[in-house]
Amino acid sequence: MSSIAEKLRVYTGLMPAVFVIGVFMIVPIMIIFVYSFLVAGDFGGVKPKFSTDAYVQLLFQKNLFDVSEFNPAYLIIAFRSLWIAVVTVLGCLLLGFPVAYYIASQPEDRRNLFLLLITIPFWTNLLVRTYCWILVLRDTGLINGALINMGLIDEPLTLLYTEGAVALGLIYTYVPFMVLPIYAALERLDVRLIEASRDLYANRWVTLRHVVVPLAMPGMIAGSILVFIPALGAFIAPDLLGGGKNLMLGSLVQLQFSSARNWPFGAALSMVIMAVVLLCLYAYARNVRKNGGGVQH
Amino acid sequence: MTRSRDIRWLPGFSWVTLFFFVFLYAPLIILVVFSFNASRSATVWAGFSFEWYTKAFANDDIQRAATNSVIIAIFATIAATTIATMAALTLSRNKRVKGKPVFGGVLIFPLMIPEIVTAVATLTFFAAIGLSLGLGNIIIAHTVFCIPFAYLPIRARLDGMDESLEAAAQDLYASKFTTLRLITLPLLMPGIVSGAMLAFIISLDDFIITLMVAEAGSTTLPIYIYSLVRIGITPEVNAVSTVLLGFSVIVVTLSYVIGKKNKT
Amino acid sequence: MKTLTVSTLALMLSANIAAAEGELFLYNWTDYTAPDLIEKFEAETGISVTLDTYDSNETLLAKLQSGATGYDIVVPSHNFVQIFVSEGLLQEISASELTGYENISADFASPSWDEGNVYTIPWQWGTTSFTVNTDVFGGDINTYDILFQPPAELEGKIGMFRSADEVISMAQLSLGLGLCSEDPNEMQQVLDLLLAQKDDVKTYSSDGILERLASGDVAVHQNWNGYSIRAREENPAMQYAFPKEGVITWADNIAVPVGAPNYDNAIKFVEFLMQPENIAIQSNFAGYSNGITGSADLMNDDLKAAGELSPPEGTPLVFSQTCSPAAVELQNRVWTALLQ
Repeated sequence: MSSIAEKLRVYTGLMPAVFVIGVFMIVPIMIIFVYSFLVAGDFGGVKPKFSTDAYVQLLFQKNLFDVSEFNPAYLIIAFRSLWIAVVTVLGCLLLGFPVAYYIASQPEDRRNLFLLLITIPFWTNLLVRTYCWILVLRDTGLINGALINMGLIDEPLTLLYTEGAVALGLIYTYVPFMVLPIYAALERLDVRLIEASRDLYANRWVTLRHVVVPLAMPGMIAGSILVFIPALGAFIAPDLLGGGKNLMLGSLVQLQFSSARNWPFGAALSMVIMAVVLLCLYAYARNVRKNGGGVQH
Repeated sequence: MTRSRDIRWLPGFSWVTLFFFVFLYAPLIILVVFSFNASRSATVWAGFSFEWYTKAFANDDIQRAATNSVIIAIFATIAATTIATMAALTLSRNKRVKGKPVFGGVLIFPLMIPEIVTAVATLTFFAAIGLSLGLGNIIIAHTVFCIPFAYLPIRARLDGMDESLEAAAQDLYASKFTTLRLITLPLLMPGIVSGAMLAFIISLDDFIITLMVAEAGSTTLPIYIYSLVRIGITPEVNAVSTVLLGFSVIVVTLSYVIGKKNKT
Repeated sequence: MKTLTVSTLALMLSANIAAAEGELFLYNWTDYTAPDLIEKFEAETGISVTLDTYDSNETLLAKLQSGATGYDIVVPSHNFVQIFVSEGLLQEISASELTGYENISADFASPSWDEGNVYTIPWQWGTTSFTVNTDVFGGDINTYDILFQPPAELEGKIGMFRSADEVISMAQLSLGLGLCSEDPNEMQQVLDLLLAQKDDVKTYSSDGILERLASGDVAVHQNWNGYSIRAREENPAMQYAFPKEGVITWADNIAVPVGAPNYDNAIKFVEFLMQPENIAIQSNFAGYSNGITGSADLMNDDLKAAGELSPPEGTPLVFSQTCSPAAVELQNRVWTALLQ
C-alpha cells in the first residue's frame, strides 16, 4: 500500500500538468477525433453517423462530376506548408543563434535588458505588426520608394505577395521562440570551457563548433519545435503577405470549420497533421540522440 | 573596446544582434508614426494629429478589451509557468519517473493541434460541462496552450545544467527542498524567465481560441482588432498599440532599474 | 499585485452575473455599432449595454450552437437567419406586435428569410460589388467583365475577397448562371473562369481593402458599398460599380438568441431601433442603408448624396442565398482547385 503511495509521490510534480492538459486539451481533442469519423452537418457541426469519408477525402476526391479520382491538391498544400515551415526554422536558427550567443555573453543585468527588449514588440498585436510589413514591402512601399529615389531601380520590385515575404513574416513572428530557448541553454556557458578550448589552440570557430553548439543544442531543439509547429499551421502571414493565392494548411483547416462547413474533414486534417508532427519529432529526437548532438540522456 | 579581448567574442555576432533588433523594431516605428496620422488609414500618411489618441481614450470597448487581455495574460502566464516548472523539474531530476517520453509528449501536446481545432474542441467541451467562469474560461484555455511555450525553454535549461552543484548540496545534508530553493531554482531562473515571457506574449496575442471560448463581456484586444481588419485597421488601433508599448517600456525600465538596485 | 488580484476577481465575478437587472449584452460585428446609438439607448432606458464583437456569421453560429449564452442581441445576415431558426437558436420576438413595427419599410417588412418578422427586424443592408480606381481605368465599370475580362490597364491589379462564396457568386452572375448551383457543368464553367482570372489577381484577401486601394497596390477590389464610400471620401476617383448583370445584396438583422438573460431589455432595444431617429444614427455611423421609413431624411448630407447607396434603375438586386450542402460542397471543390 505505502509503496504504491510512495511510487505515486514521484509523479506529484507532473500531476498539475497532466491534469490541466488531460482534462482541458486531450479530452476535447478526443471529441474532435470522434468528429473526424462522422458526417458533416448541413450548417457546420456533425451528424452522428459513422463514416471514413473525411480521411478518404485527403487523397481521393470526387471531381465536380462525382467521379472519385486521386487528388493531389491537399498533398501539394501540405508540402508547400512543410517547405515554408522548414525555411522558417532555418531562418530563425541562422538569425537566432548569434543573437542568443551574443546576449548570453553580456554582463548579467544587460542580458536581462536584452531579453525584455525582445518581448516588447510582442505587446502589439501580430496582425498590426504584419500590416506594418505590408507598408514596407508593397510596390509603393518604403523599400521600393527608397530604391527608386536613389535611382537604383525604375520599376518597383515585387516584394509583397511572394513566398519570400511569407518567410520573412514568419521568421519575424517566430524568431523569439528560437532566441529565448537557446539563450536559456547558453546562459550558463562557462567561460572556462572556452578558455580551455582556446588554450588547446582551437580557434574561435572551432571552439564555437565543438564547445558552444553542443551546449546550445537542447535550446536549438526546443526552439525548432516551438517555431516549426506553429509555422506549419500559420495563416496570418501567408494570407496577408503571400496574397492568399495559394492555400496553406492553416487556412485549409480554418476553412473547414467556417464557410466550407465540413468539420469532419477539418478534424481529419488536424489528426493527420498531428500524426505527422509526432513522427517528425520522434525522428528528429532519435537522430539528434544518435549523432550525439550533446543532449544528455 | 574590451569586446575584442573578451574570449567569447565572435566576429559579426554583434552586428547580427544589431540587425536583429532593427528587424524587430522597424515595424514598430512605423506603427507609432501612423498612430499620429490625420486620416483614417493606418498605411497612407496624411498629416499629424492626436485625434486617434483622443478617440482611443474615449473608447470604453477598446480599453476594456486591452485590460481583459493583460489580466488574462498575467494569470495564464503565472499558472502555465508554475505548472511547467514543476513538470520539467520532475522529468529531468527524478530518476524514478517512468514513461518520460510519454509525459514529454503530453506537455507539448497543446502545440501540435491547429489553433482552430483547439478552439472548436475547447468550446464544445466547456459547453458540455457547463463551465462558465467569465474571464476564467479564457484563462484556463490560455494556460493550457501556454504550457509548452513555458516548458520547452525551462527544459532546455535543465538539460544543460550541471547536476554536480545539486549533488554537492545534498552531500552536505541539505534537504531536497532546501537544495531546490537555494541551488536549483536560482540556476533555473533564466529558463523560467524565458518560458514566462514566451507564455505571456503568446497569451496576449491569441485570437482564435479566445474568440471561440470568450463569454459575453470578455472581449479581448486581439478579438477587437481582428474583426476590425475587415474594414482596414484605423490609426486608433495603432494608438492603443502605442499606449500598450509605452506601458511595456515602463514595466521593462522599472524592472531593470529595480533589478540593478537590488544588486548594489 | 494583491489589489490587482482582488480587482480581477471582481471583474471575473461581474462578468459572471450577466443576468443582473438593467443590462443588455450586445453581440455584433466590429465597428458596426454606433457609439452614439448605444449612449442614447442607455440614457433613455437606464440599461447599461455591453458590446462584444465577432468576425463572421460562422463564428456566431458555432458559438450559439455550442450553447454559449449570455448574449441578448445578435446580428445574423439574411442568408443565415433560416439556419439559426432551423437550429433553434433564436427566440420569437413577434416584431409585428411591437411598438414601431409600422415603421419598417415595405421592402423589409416580412422578408423572405423571416416571414412575418417572427424572429428579426432589419438592422442595415447594402450591396457587394467592387470599387474601381477610375484614374487607372476610365471606361464603363458597371459590368463583371472588369473583374473577369479585365481591360489591359487593370490586368494584375485586381483584388478579390478571400471567401469562396462571394467570389463564386460573382463569377456565376457574370456567366449568367444562378447562385448556389448544384450543377457540375455550371461549376466547371465557374472554375474555368476563375482559373483564367487568377493570373490577373494580385491578392485574395478580405482584409485591409481600403489600404490596398488607397496605396495603388490594386486598382479594382471586391468591396461593400459602405466601405466604398470611405474609399471615395479619401480619393474621389474610387467609384463603386453596379454591374448590369445584377448586384449582390445582403441584409443584417437584429435577433434575440435563445437563453438571452435580459429578454425584456432586448425587446426594448428592438423597439428602440424601429424608431427612424435612432436607426438613422446607426446609418450615419456605418454608411449603410436601413429598413426603416422616415430615417432617410435624418441621415447626414454626405450619406444622402452617396451614389453607393442607390443602385441605378434597372440593375437587378440579387439577394445572396443560403446554399444547400450539395452546392456548398461543389463550391469547396472549386475553391480548393483554384487555390491548391
